[in-house]
Amino acid sequence: MGKYIVRRLLWLVLVLFVVSAITFIMMRLVPGGPFNTERGVPPAIIANLERRYNLDAPLIEQYVDYVAGLALPRITDSSFRRSVAEDYLINIPLDFLGEGTALRWMNFGPSLTRRSQTVTAIISDTLPVSMQLGTAALLVGVLIGVPLGIFAALRRNTWGDFVGMGVAILGVSVPAIILGPILQYVFGVGLGWLPVTGWGSFAQVIMPAFALGFAQSALIARLTRASLLQVLNEDYIRTARAKGLHNRTVIIVHALKNALIPVVTVLGPLAAALLTGTFVVEIIFGIPGLGKFFVNSIINRDYTIIMGTVLLYAAVLVFANLIVDIVYAWIDPRIRYT
Amino acid sequence: MTSNLKRSTAAAAIPGLNAETKPESLWRSSVQRLTRNRSAVVGLAIILLTILVAVFAPQLAPMDYKTQVLSDANTAPRWVTQVFPVMRPADDGGYVKINETYLLGADRLGRDLFSRIIYGTRVSLMVAFVGPLVALIVGLTLGLVSGYVGGWVDNVIMRFTDIMYAFPTLLLVILLMSFFRSSLGNVEPGTFAFQVGELDRASGGMLFIFIGVGLTSWMQTARLTRGQVLFVREQEYITAARAIGSPTWPILTRHILPNILGPIVVAETLTIPRYISFEAFLSFIGLGVNPPTPSWGAMISEGAGAISTYPNQAIFPALALFLVMFSFNFLGDGLRDALDPRMRGIE
Repeated sequence: MGKYIVRRLLWLVLVLFVVSAITFIMMRLVPGGPFNTERGVPPAIIANLERRYNLDAPLIEQYVDYVAGLALPRITDSSFRRSVAEDYLINIPLDFLGEGTALRWMNFGPSLTRRSQTVTAIISDTLPVSMQLGTAALLVGVLIGVPLGIFAALRRNTWGDFVGMGVAILGVSVPAIILGPILQYVFGVGLGWLPVTGWGSFAQVIMPAFALGFAQSALIARLTRASLLQVLNEDYIRTARAKGLHNRTVIIVHALKNALIPVVTVLGPLAAALLTGTFVVEIIFGIPGLGKFFVNSIINRDYTIIMGTVLLYAAVLVFANLIVDIVYAWIDPRIRYT
Repeated sequence: MTSNLKRSTAAAAIPGLNAETKPESLWRSSVQRLTRNRSAVVGLAIILLTILVAVFAPQLAPMDYKTQVLSDANTAPRWVTQVFPVMRPADDGGYVKINETYLLGADRLGRDLFSRIIYGTRVSLMVAFVGPLVALIVGLTLGLVSGYVGGWVDNVIMRFTDIMYAFPTLLLVILLMSFFRSSLGNVEPGTFAFQVGELDRASGGMLFIFIGVGLTSWMQTARLTRGQVLFVREQEYITAARAIGSPTWPILTRHILPNILGPIVVAETLTIPRYISFEAFLSFIGLGVNPPTPSWGAMISEGAGAISTYPNQAIFPALALFLVMFSFNFLGDGLRDALDPRMRGIE
């Protein structure tokens, strides 16, 4: 197991490396640059700005510089001051090595269009917002999806099943882009129960989380139902019933635990999808998350924000899958990784 | 049921016996299952209707989708103001100008919402059919080769798939789209890139959506195909086909492909709504179709900003999008029940 995790972590490094290379190449092939968008800037100033941010260096050198700055940790003493050029996401104080000494890691570099800010600062401001939204949506997905799926499976081929699966199909058919405006109109404008836009209070989380999580709850419900139905057909369920166990015991102890394995496996990709899926919701509901920044940074050719966001999302995605695989082995003892 | 299926496909491996028996028994029973599923039939009917609407959009739309009548901007007929109580008509102390010429109202540029929704079916349906096709071509090919050839080829293809899988799809699509849009937009006339750009402009920006969405969605198909091939490859009828000396290509196309196609087609059908919402999303953030080509996503995006004052501008396209996605989901569901052999044991 330990060996397996190490191998997967090495794989993570390789994936991030390839993803960063593809992103870097694609981003640089696009004409225009972060400084060209402002109208009326003389070429001399653009040239100076490019020199200032090292954008006139050979592309390979820029790429290596960027990756080195991001990937290599640094130990700094008390003379370290946060600056636009050096701002680290992870700062671990190592005071036993001397006052002010710290291990610093992941310098995302300066933002090219918001020049007083670093990408690290933008990420640490906006990522928590996207994460909160994503987590709330995942909760909505699981808390609605799993019970609905169990309900439908236990009442298979009755009206309960049809209603449950009808709701599920309805759910998959309303992505945030549809559900967002409808929720906004019904609960925000029409009934006036919840604020239409904004971020900060609990009431402002409800609609975006629902808009994002409802479609996922439908997926989870369908998966739970199919998986539970399959498990209920297994021999060991018949054995358990034959032993004379109570129906509830059979379902909760014997069936559910096994039925939820496929559900757990989709939670990883789902969590990652929710995190990236926050884009639309953030735009519709005016939420200051990372997704909004990313879309703008693409349009403005803010290279460092693009790279930082893509790598961050990719890392979350691969990491989520790794965690799922580990949980998978933990739930189902038949699965052994070597 | 399963053993019958196996026997009929095994019989198909013997030359001379396969001509009529296999495809009919498999497909006819599937079609029967599908037509017995009422919700799938309803879904199919709505989709066929939508296709008709898309084809005959110029005849059906009462107005042109791009004509702007600025004096009619944000107007609505009376029934719309009754459906959305927020929109108090101007003659009732509100702010909405009543104008009965537009069936669903006019948008902020004075374009007919109804006509734009009708033309919007074109983009959504095109993406619904071409998107999965691109993904199918790429994914099926890679999956077949990977699964059947095995060895290092399998390893390379699957690792590449894994890496692409780890690439956040939405981000990749956004990157690809901005790459297509701006780098192929201003190249010298006469080159291949220019031709592609022209083709994209002629399609109202749809071509790049197809490519962008297709290139980011094939991974699942490739994995599924590979898994299916690995399973089918070990079946007795493949061994039998090999034993009688069938070359690789006929084994792949006549024995493996028909047996794995069911689950894959079902999986692709189930992802159609995803492609539709992908396009809507891209148009929503301004990287989709070129204005003034109407797309429901772009319409929702324009209308969402005015949700508190003119909700009709976002809600109507959202309902249209919902109806089409709902139908495809119903149909996909029915197809899965009809075609997926693994589901048969349960039903």
